[in-house]
Amino acid sequence: MYQYIFRRILVFIPMLFALTIIVFALLKAAPGDPYSKILDPDLDPSVLEEAREAKGYNDPIPVQYFRWLSMAAQGDFGESIRYVGRDVSELILSRLPNTLYLGVFSLFVTLIVAIPIGIYSARNPYSPLDYFATGFGFFGLAVPNFFFGLVAIYLFAIQLGWFPSQGYISVSNSGGFGGFLDRLHHLVLPGLTLGLASTASYMRYMRSEVLTVLGSDYIRTARAKGLTERTVLYKHTLRNALIPIITLFGFEFGAIVSGAVITEGVFTFPGIGMLLLESIGNRDYPVIMALTLMFGLFILVGNLIADILYSIVDPRIRYD
Amino acid sequence: MEKTPILEVKDLKTYFYLEGNKVAKAVDGVDFQIYPGETVALVGESGSGKSITSLSIMKLIDKPGKIEGGSILFSGTDLISLTEKQMTKIRGNDMAMIFQEPMTALNPVFTIGNQIMESLRKHQKISKKEAYIKAVELLKIVGFPRAEETIREYPHQLSGGMRQRAMIAIALSCNPKLLIADEPTTALDATIQAQILTLLDEMKEKFHMSILLITHDLGIVAEHADRVMVMYGGQIVESTSVERLFENPLHPYTRGLLESLPSIDREVERLGAIKGIVPPAFNFPKGCRFSDRCPYAMEECHQSNPKLLEIETNHQARCFLYKESV
Ligand SMILES: Nc1ncnc2c1ncn2[C@@H]1O[C@H](COP(=O)(O)OP(=O)(O)OP(=O)(O)O)[C@@H](O)[C@H]1O
Ligand SMILES: [Mg+2]
Repeated sequence: MYQYIFRRILVFIPMLFALTIIVFALLKAAPGDPYSKILDPDLDPSVLEEAREAKGYNDPIPVQYFRWLSMAAQGDFGESIRYVGRDVSELILSRLPNTLYLGVFSLFVTLIVAIPIGIYSARNPYSPLDYFATGFGFFGLAVPNFFFGLVAIYLFAIQLGWFPSQGYISVSNSGGFGGFLDRLHHLVLPGLTLGLASTASYMRYMRSEVLTVLGSDYIRTARAKGLTERTVLYKHTLRNALIPIITLFGFEFGAIVSGAVITEGVFTFPGIGMLLLESIGNRDYPVIMALTLMFGLFILVGNLIADILYSIVDPRIRYD
Repeated sequence: MEKTPILEVKDLKTYFYLEGNKVAKAVDGVDFQIYPGETVALVGESGSGKSITSLSIMKLIDKPGKIEGGSILFSGTDLISLTEKQMTKIRGNDMAMIFQEPMTALNPVFTIGNQIMESLRKHQKISKKEAYIKAVELLKIVGFPRAEETIREYPHQLSGGMRQRAMIAIALSCNPKLLIADEPTTALDATIQAQILTLLDEMKEKFHMSILLITHDLGIVAEHADRVMVMYGGQIVESTSVERLFENPLHPYTRGLLESLPSIDREVERLGAIKGIVPPAFNFPKGCRFSDRCPYAMEECHQSNPKLLEIETNHQARCFLYKESV
């Protein structure tokens, strides 16, 4: 197993490099540089040219790439253009926790809802709740995130006033347990919005996996051994049914972060998704670059985690 | 034969309720007994109801199937009246089962040891350590010389024959009185088949159990069974000792089966000598269920279904040809 994980990490490294090259190429492909926005008529163009020269903008592309890479590796992505004087990494770090809370909250709700319902549906196929879950599944997959978010804001924030429609804390938040609850309160609508599609797909997956496993020969063997229905379900069935779910989980990791861009936009929730939207609006290239790199990294790491978990739960792939 | 049977099945009926109000009478009025220490073979073509009979005895019939009637007396208790919870104390303990597909019958994500010890610890009050020692011992008995290593291995690391041996170890773990083996060697190649069947014979002696051996290979019946029951269309059509069956088969279906046995100079498809196919369980012919394929079918065979009657001592058949001899 360790050998498998080691090999998997070795594959991860070239993918990471490829990612950095793509992100850097995107930056270079974008027109202009930070200096082309400075339109001061009193300024001698040669001064700008000197600044470019000094900052290395005229160096050969590979040189620029490796300089950028070595700085990026140290967490230095330069300064934001929009927020003058603020480091990109500091800007991102100030927003990242919010997105992480949102992601964890939505994933938690997804799992808590989808797995038990999926299991129930598989054990009671064609029952009323199964039909309801199927209906909800189609709904969740068909309705776009932003639309669901807007409807949720209208219903639960504006009409009913149960949840705040934007932001991540109240102005009056003073920390402590009350502050924590206040944060949770703000997470409900965006969290449910973000988790809607994945809840639907996890539920469908879980149902079909459990159904398949329940019909398999080894479940019949388990019953023939005299195991109780509990052991058959929670030991023999779940352990097998969760294998593909765990893979899905890894991919979800990346998907949640990118899904957060839209959801955070709808709820003006100040995470890195919102930051990306702002930066695109402001052409804040250093921030866009760093975030793109980060999103890519999340997806790669998600896949890596999925593969490693997979090798832990499924003994068959450790030796292949 | 010895005194009281270990298993007595009376008028067992297991039906499947299919779409369009169709009812598949997979098992429809089956009677038989198994005595301590004997191997009883259940033979018949595919779809005749052998597996459903054995799963009914274990009470492992799932929707859309249901045991609709009859009784299953096992060591004196009627299993039909037991609750699911009471059944879990009997399955794997007093009565165990092995299946046709050793490649898929073991759970791929647990070690062989885990799957044996699980059974031991479910039915016997023993510690983990005792279960481990017992599991190693069982693996050695069923033919794993490196049992201490095998116990840590996963099913995919074993060959088909070895997995079937592991299945046998699981089945034997609690010293059952009855072992049901549903085509235990059909999926294995010939030399391995012989080894597994010989192992079952040895285990029967060692553990003093009875075996219900399901197969459609009459060669296996001849070598490994004491008595044999021939099944067709959800019913037993002939039942006698192995010797009698080969000497003097009564039912035309049994004769067909015997004629289709491949011999050295005659390459015949298995069971190929009987024309036609088994009718589906939701659409048996009126009268005798074999009447539409039977070369001896008479007028009355198409009218009513004969009863299973004792034609000679310890030899029953379900056929109108022997009306007079009763
Ligand atoms: N799950 C099911 N749903 C509907 N009908 C079923 C089901 N299982 C079995 N049957 C019916 O029961 C009949 C007997 O099946 P069974 O599995 O007992 O045959 P078998 O004698 O074991 O055959 P084989 O030699 O192929 O194993 C089948 O013909 C089929 O019509
Ligand atoms: Mg069968």
